[in-house]
Amino acid sequence: MLRFIVRRLLVTIPTILVVITITWALIKLAPGNFYSGEKRLPASIEQSIREKYGLDKPWYQQYGKTMWNIVRHLDFGTSLRFEGQSVNDIIRRSLPVSASVGILAYLLALIVGIAIGSIAALKQNSKWDYGSMALAMLGISVPNFVLGPILVIVFSTTLYWLPPSRWGGFPSRSLVLPVLTLSAIYMAYIARLTRAGMLEVLRSDYIRTARAKGLSEKHVVIRHALRGGLMPVVSFTGPALAFLLTGTVVVERIFALPGLGNYFIQASLNRDEPLIIGIVAFIALVLLTMNLLVDIAYAYLDPRVRYQ
Amino acid sequence: MATGKNPDHDELIHIAPEMAVAEADVRPEEAGEFVRGTSLWRDAWRRLLKNKLAVFGLIVVIIITIASLAGPTVIKRTFGFTADYIPSQDIRMAQSFPPFTGPDGEFSWLHPMGTDNLGRDQLARVLQGGQISLFVGIIATLVSLLIGVTYGAIAGYFGGRIDNVMMRLVDVLYSLPYVILVIVLLSMFRSQTPRGQLTLLFVAIGSVSWLTMARIVRGQILSLKNQEFVLAARATGVSGGRIIFRHLIPNTLGPVIVYATLSIPQIMLTEAFLSFLGFGVQAPLSSWGSLAAEGVQNIGIFPWQLIFPGVTMALTLFSLNFLGDGLRDALDPQMRTV
Repeated sequence: MLRFIVRRLLVTIPTILVVITITWALIKLAPGNFYSGEKRLPASIEQSIREKYGLDKPWYQQYGKTMWNIVRHLDFGTSLRFEGQSVNDIIRRSLPVSASVGILAYLLALIVGIAIGSIAALKQNSKWDYGSMALAMLGISVPNFVLGPILVIVFSTTLYWLPPSRWGGFPSRSLVLPVLTLSAIYMAYIARLTRAGMLEVLRSDYIRTARAKGLSEKHVVIRHALRGGLMPVVSFTGPALAFLLTGTVVVERIFALPGLGNYFIQASLNRDEPLIIGIVAFIALVLLTMNLLVDIAYAYLDPRVRYQ
Repeated sequence: MATGKNPDHDELIHIAPEMAVAEADVRPEEAGEFVRGTSLWRDAWRRLLKNKLAVFGLIVVIIITIASLAGPTVIKRTFGFTADYIPSQDIRMAQSFPPFTGPDGEFSWLHPMGTDNLGRDQLARVLQGGQISLFVGIIATLVSLLIGVTYGAIAGYFGGRIDNVMMRLVDVLYSLPYVILVIVLLSMFRSQTPRGQLTLLFVAIGSVSWLTMARIVRGQILSLKNQEFVLAARATGVSGGRIIFRHLIPNTLGPVIVYATLSIPQIMLTEAFLSFLGFGVQAPLSSWGSLAAEGVQNIGIFPWQLIFPGVTMALTLFSLNFLGDGLRDALDPQMRTV
């Protein structure tokens, strides 16, 4: 197990460096420059900008300097558009926003999704089953940028129950709509996965044994079936995180939240090179770390899985 | 899958044992001229037609596709305006009207989905946007099909070290935050022309969506390549490439079709997501995603500008998902519970 973790860590670090390199290369290969706008700059000003940002040096020196600062000092430089703010500061400031929306959305999706999926599996082919699975399909099909504004129309501008947008701190009413919008699609996926996993487990021999021993149905479902039936949900956590990242981008955009995703979109639109590289690297780090944690959790939950 | 066993038969044993026996007695190969043999595809088609939700999905998809393709022309012939028509002569018309409403606020059949800020007909715009959305979904799926099937088949057929290296690469690509990289690609290489940006969109989406397809095809090929018919082909001196493309790939078609159908809505969603954020389809071209993005800006005053493209898109994705699920059940009964 330890060897597996160490080996995966050894793959993770080069992968992040590859992601940074791809991003850097995309930015450098793209036509134009971050300072080139509609108007052509006078040659002398362009010259001094190029010198200030080290753009007059050959590409391998620029690449080397960027990578050295990142690897050696974890320093991504200063944002070009948010003047005087370091990329690290921006990430540190926006992370709590994205993390609180993302984690709450995932927890909500887990609780509701597992409940709905289990009920559907236990009452297979009933009204409950068809109803909840149709609802889950709807959750997968309605894009979050349609769901979010519709929730705003209903709960903010019509019923006046909840604020429509802006960030109001961690435990606040302004979190409700973004969290609901973001969690809908996972809720749907988790419900479907739970149902499929539970259906398979409920037919297995060990559940029959548990029932034959005379255990109560509640005990059989909660203690025996759920543990096996939730394996697909556990392995979905990895892809879910990737979804979560793209989802937060849209949700932060709709609800004007100052999170990582919103900064990333602004950085991409403004060609804020250090900020783009910083956020991409950070996201890659989170994604790869979470994937590793999921694999470890998998091994603990399912005794049949063994890593060498 | 093509094991010659009648999948319907296995199912029948559980549902109605006496019927299963009766059917087993007239198996196609024994029935001679009296019963026409049911092929895998005919069987699958019959099973698909039994699935009400899948049939509903199929019908809705067909209707929306035909409406998107023919709709703008029909509207032009009947009412004389296109999706881009801005009524600039009459200033009273150049504003956003609610659905079924004329310039004086009275009922009118002219704009069943209302108009946008410039007075353009929403129905025509939604149908025209559908053309782009469906086009992107289908073309990008075909691109991912081409790359994924070839890649997976080669890895699976040759096996060993080649397979190891090729699939390790897929694993690494899988773990990358690819949507984020796609956004970087699209924003950095932003094309001056809408057509160029659309091509870039295909490249970006197609280059990342083939990974799952490659994994599925590789798995299928691995289990197929040691069967007798491949051995027979090899024994008669058929080349490796010909075995892959003529003998192995046709046998993987079932799962490939299922996955391709399910990936169309996913790709359409990705396109809409990118267009919504302003990185995808650019004006004057429009897709459901970019129409929704315009609609969100006016959400408080003119909600119909978001609701119609959004609901049309959701309905299409809903139907495609049901169709894909139905196809999976029909083509691969063993995967039924998954």
